Amino acid sequence: MMTNNNTQHIEIRSGRVIDPASQFDEAVSVFVADGKIAGIGQMPAGFKADQVIDATGLVVAPGLVDLSARIASNIDAELEAAVAGGVTTLACPPDVDPILDEPELAERLVRYAEDVSQVRVLPVGAMTQGLSGAMLAEISLLRDAGCIAVSQGRGLPSDTRVLWRALQYAASCDVPVWIQPAEYHLSKDGIAHDSALASRLGLAAIPVAAETLAMQKVLALAKATGARVHFTQISSAEGVALLREARDAGLPITGDMAAHALHLYEQDIGYFDPLTRFDPPLRGYGDREALRLGLAEGTLGAAVSAHTPLGVDVKRVPFAEAAPGATGIELLLPLTLAWGEALSLPLRRSLLPVTSQAAAILGIKAGEIAVGQCADLCLFDPQASWTVQESDLRSAGKLTPFLGRTLQGRVVATLAGGQTVYQRP
Amino acid sequence: MLDPQLDADGNLVHLLSTEGLSREQLTRLLDTCASFLGVSDREVKKVPLLRGKSVFNLFFENSTRTRTTFEIAAKRLSADVINLNMSTSSTAKGETLLDTVDNLCAMHADMFVVRHESSGAPHLIVDHLRRTGRSDIHVINAGDGRHGHPTQGLLDMYTIRHYKGGFEGLKVALIGDILHSRVARSDIHALKTLGAESIRVVGPQTLIPTDIESLGVEVHRDLDSGLKDCDVVIALRLQRERMSGALLPSATEFHDRYGLTHERLKAAKPDAIVMHPGPMNRGVEIDSAVADSPRAVILPQVTFGIAMRMAVMSVLAGGGA
Repeated sequence: MMTNNNTQHIEIRSGRVIDPASQFDEAVSVFVADGKIAGIGQMPAGFKADQVIDATGLVVAPGLVDLSARIASNIDAELEAAVAGGVTTLACPPDVDPILDEPELAERLVRYAEDVSQVRVLPVGAMTQGLSGAMLAEISLLRDAGCIAVSQGRGLPSDTRVLWRALQYAASCDVPVWIQPAEYHLSKDGIAHDSALASRLGLAAIPVAAETLAMQKVLALAKATGARVHFTQISSAEGVALLREARDAGLPITGDMAAHALHLYEQDIGYFDPLTRFDPPLRGYGDREALRLGLAEGTLGAAVSAHTPLGVDVKRVPFAEAAPGATGIELLLPLTLAWGEALSLPLRRSLLPVTSQAAAILGIKAGEIAVGQCADLCLFDPQASWTVQESDLRSAGKLTPFLGRTLQGRVVATLAGGQTVYQRP
Repeated sequence: MLDPQLDADGNLVHLLSTEGLSREQLTRLLDTCASFLGVSDREVKKVPLLRGKSVFNLFFENSTRTRTTFEIAAKRLSADVINLNMSTSSTAKGETLLDTVDNLCAMHADMFVVRHESSGAPHLIVDHLRRTGRSDIHVINAGDGRHGHPTQGLLDMYTIRHYKGGFEGLKVALIGDILHSRVARSDIHALKTLGAESIRVVGPQTLIPTDIESLGVEVHRDLDSGLKDCDVVIALRLQRERMSGALLPSATEFHDRYGLTHERLKAAKPDAIVMHPGPMNRGVEIDSAVADSPRAVILPQVTFGIAMRMAVMSVLAGGGA
């Protein structure tokens, strides 16, 4: 239950405080007052705790920042899922129902989230009306309504001239453009990575070129227009290489990847498991390795949950007919930790892609533990292992290929704006 | 991951794919097929192996021919056969595939014969039956998307064994649209396991799946090199809609490059047999002169198909010869 009292003074005692932004990692107490962090390791003068949280054995990390969570339907359940996953800031893509192509819709989403939750919800507006790829949406008004960027959702508009115009227009309004790179015609009928596996299973293929051509096209147009572009859910080794090249050339380009793609690859499709249908599709083992390294080196700035709550009616169907996506926001932390573990990264580095680096892509102050900052905190037990079960998930979407898998690291409590918004029962 | 068509002891309980079947399992099916061939020649064309059992033909994609052969096979085994043309039935009214399956289970089905336009649809049904504790119901894949058509693959193997005596040293060419062909995939897996010496797929790059070499086949762009010294030539059906998908310029050009004519077949061995899963496009992938010649074994394939489907049903039901 939420306490609607942000004048509370909370001492979070004896936790291992990790601030990825400053690479701080020490067992100290954190003091929260008036919704902000009032002290780290040192009690501010005159501080009197109303509440003490014993964080012995827990990591005290910044509230997580998730750059892609489709929370617009069943918003109450999804925001509860967010805090249960330690997420206190999230961006919601426009391809939800209704499509976020009108300022009122974006505004309503932001306002509703503010009313029911302390989670900061940042909509990504639609780049074109109805995401049809034909007419521009009201990009400037969407920004005024709270959108942090605009996007075409999955893929590019089929008409490159529309893309060009959208980038020009967004640049002139100083609105960033988020692109999930996929060439329209090369990806529209495909369902699986173009490989021996898809050939064997007889699944229509999406070549890696669908991603790289889209990136090259957008990069060329970004250079010409000065648009600020963020590539979301890059899925291939070649895509990571292109992003690295663009960033090395000094272009204002950022990128992220889906947290599930740190672990899953095409072989996980197994015998046509519809839960493994994703867009972009799970790619090869080499792609997964490149994504893991790309995230570690910082080419990819963030790991995102790509949270897509879906019902059984659209998932318990043949693979090709299954809606792409899976519930994910409650798995973002353990999946990121497992990646860090696999690469033997210290926790303070493993957490970068879901905290300060993700916030930097958004261009906001979040994902940090610093005196004076908003007290968004995620307290988790790094040792706790748990087996993912439908009944444990708060999201309305219960389906993920990680069901039945044992993951390590579990959120114990989440604070947003200095309030305890989640406590593990 | 366990092959879902096998039980914990490795016995075949469903037929989903020719991939994953051992040489012994394939051989047993071929031998059982041989034992059923005689049944069709009897005056009373029936054996009582599936008496009292209900076989549901679930065809989500239209196919009169395959459905009929399954129907005949089940009837010759004395089963009750229920044909459901799903493309005009409940799914058209919005019922999901698994709802349909649940309903039919409640009608005490013993076996489902499933054809579906999506690769993996029969696997979904098997998975659902397992989750709901009804693994005693057998599922036969009668063609799923581009993935598999295992009874066709098996009847092709039977045909090859019948005419060629075995698989050792055999060179087999599959010609044409491999990309969309579930028959090609089923044939390739079975041929590989049964020990064919050389399996070639022949066609333009647009119709050859990516990295198909990983299945143990040679890719030939050129028909003459693909047919060279072949013992068995399998032509595949070319759908007319491939032209509109920019996969081919025209049926005429396809016929010019890959159509089977007596002239082109000179590259193969003189005693090479010609097969086709049907229905044929005469004048496109195969000339009438070839299709109607003695080397074509296309009609015997159909006859063997019924015995093969009897064999599959009886082996799955545990009453195999």
